[in-house]
Amino acid sequence: MTTPTRKMVDVFSDIDRDTALKANPSGYAITEVAAGDDRILTLTADLSNVLAEFRAAFPDRYIELGIAETNSVSLAAGLASCGYVPYIFSMSPFGVLKCAEQWRTDVDYNHLPVRLVGRLSGLAMGYFGTSHYAVEDIGIARTFANTTVLAPADQNAVLSLMRATAEHDGPVYMRIAEAADPVYDTVPDIPRGTWPRLRQGDDLTLAGHGMGVGLAVRAADVLKAEHGLSADVYDAGYLKPYDEAAIADTAGRTGKVLTIEDHTVNGGLGAIVAETVARQRIVANLAQAALPDVDLEVGVPAELYEYYGLTVAGVVARALELAKS
Amino acid sequence: MPDTRSADSATLERGRPVTDTELRRRADWIRLQAVDLIAQAGLGHYSSTFSCAEIVATLYYHTLRLRPGEPRWPDRDRFLLGKGHVATGLWPVLADLGFYDTGLLTQFGKVGSPLNDHPNMKLAPGIDFSSGSLGHNLSVGTGMALAGRLSHRDYRTFVLTGDGELQEGQVWEAVMAASHYKLGNLVAIVDANGFSGSGPTSQAMNIEPLATRFAAFGWLVREIDGHDVPTLKQTFDTLPDTGSKQPVCVVARTRKGYGVDMFEKQPQAWHLGLLTPEQRADVVAEITARMELADAGAEGSAS
Repeated sequence: MTTPTRKMVDVFSDIDRDTALKANPSGYAITEVAAGDDRILTLTADLSNVLAEFRAAFPDRYIELGIAETNSVSLAAGLASCGYVPYIFSMSPFGVLKCAEQWRTDVDYNHLPVRLVGRLSGLAMGYFGTSHYAVEDIGIARTFANTTVLAPADQNAVLSLMRATAEHDGPVYMRIAEAADPVYDTVPDIPRGTWPRLRQGDDLTLAGHGMGVGLAVRAADVLKAEHGLSADVYDAGYLKPYDEAAIADTAGRTGKVLTIEDHTVNGGLGAIVAETVARQRIVANLAQAALPDVDLEVGVPAELYEYYGLTVAGVVARALELAKS
Repeated sequence: MPDTRSADSATLERGRPVTDTELRRRADWIRLQAVDLIAQAGLGHYSSTFSCAEIVATLYYHTLRLRPGEPRWPDRDRFLLGKGHVATGLWPVLADLGFYDTGLLTQFGKVGSPLNDHPNMKLAPGIDFSSGSLGHNLSVGTGMALAGRLSHRDYRTFVLTGDGELQEGQVWEAVMAASHYKLGNLVAIVDANGFSGSGPTSQAMNIEPLATRFAAFGWLVREIDGHDVPTLKQTFDTLPDTGSKQPVCVVARTRKGYGVDMFEKQPQAWHLGLLTPEQRADVVAEITARMELADAGAEGSAS
């Protein structure tokens, strides 16, 4: 039997606890957060492997619901109405897209503290085909009036934002990026709705969420070292509420903003920046390193990222185009 | 006399004494109130409200453990109106029990009112969960029943669904989950009036045999006449202990539009509509005459 040389899917499971945070950031983070709050429960619709640590630590606070995502969302709303704080761990394509109406009607409209932690977002399940993609999820989630939308940049950001969800009295969607490269050396303190500024520059702005943050940081370093361009770089992990002041400030200064995300060009971070710039009447050139609004190709994630330019080289190329504009 | 009911945090216990006649009369009062509210708003669901009037009357005036002065009391029995389109039958009841002032009923249907055509838990005291999108509330109720188990509280969760609502696939996800988690503290009541918005329910998509289907999913099933008040009382009085291991389904066979001849003859036509003033007078007269007859009978039997 040959050993696969390509990484077929960006997900981690069945890992030992010592590498838990690195290998399974959201599973580790919820276990840590739940230790301090008895109201927290976890639910999955046949995704128990991502909660190995939690189930070991709190077997009575884990509720398996089988392959029935819609039921899991409405049921969690019922639990929340009785004082519990349920975290549903779900595959983003099913947890968000299939359950959008249950989320809106049962969770969002009722302001209930249900959290949907979306694993396998973006193209993380690329090899399995487009049914398994979640590239529209942010566009959908951020139109719900009361839902906080988060996309942490790396494992330390996952822990930071997961801690922030514990006390938040309202619905939360947290989109987990499986292919994120490390950005933070320690757990960052990110005030609600703000975008940490990771590099300071004047020539252009790079903003990303999830895996886009690591790409932005590395691209900025290349732009500086090889092209003499200094970039303002932001972690846009808070997608709702987002940092309107930071967008206005940086767009006003650099006049050029490139957004980076494993999401369709519609409705995500690119749209957030465009809406803000228009609302603030700022003159700026905008560009997106994102997924096109067409049928997407199927393949292993790393090859898809290459294909769609969601690599350091791809982001540098888009940034250079923008810088010349 | 000042209305002090909203300040009263006394508990309405389960199995409160009430005569069958009083409950029948209460059901007809619900019908009259719904007719008024619909006239006020300009559109409403008559026949679906009428089919479950005895069920709602029995639950709220006999069965449920409630604290109108403390609507979020953790140990209250929960009631979810899965078929949220019949809220016109619930608003007068909650006002009468003291969840809010009866004056609020005059705001029904107006912009900014907490009382809407479908119930909203964020706005109206006494609403345990919002509804309107069919198929959701049995899942929500399953979550509440699970919460009861986790928190070691002995409240019951009742979910009133329509029969057409059972065509929603999510209902059966919840039916599976409630059985899997052995939630004997959960009671689904199916208002099986046989009609949906556009015609006979099982003509659109067969849902029968209902009792067999719920039983096959592991539920304890009671199939009853949903207009027969003594049977409703007895069914709710003899529910298994909340610690029991089987969720309960009460298949309540009802007639859509029950209690008004023109509604019963054309239940579908009166699913959603507005009576003309002349029609409204006829409907009110028919219901009022029956209530007066019941009063006379009650006085006769008491003397």
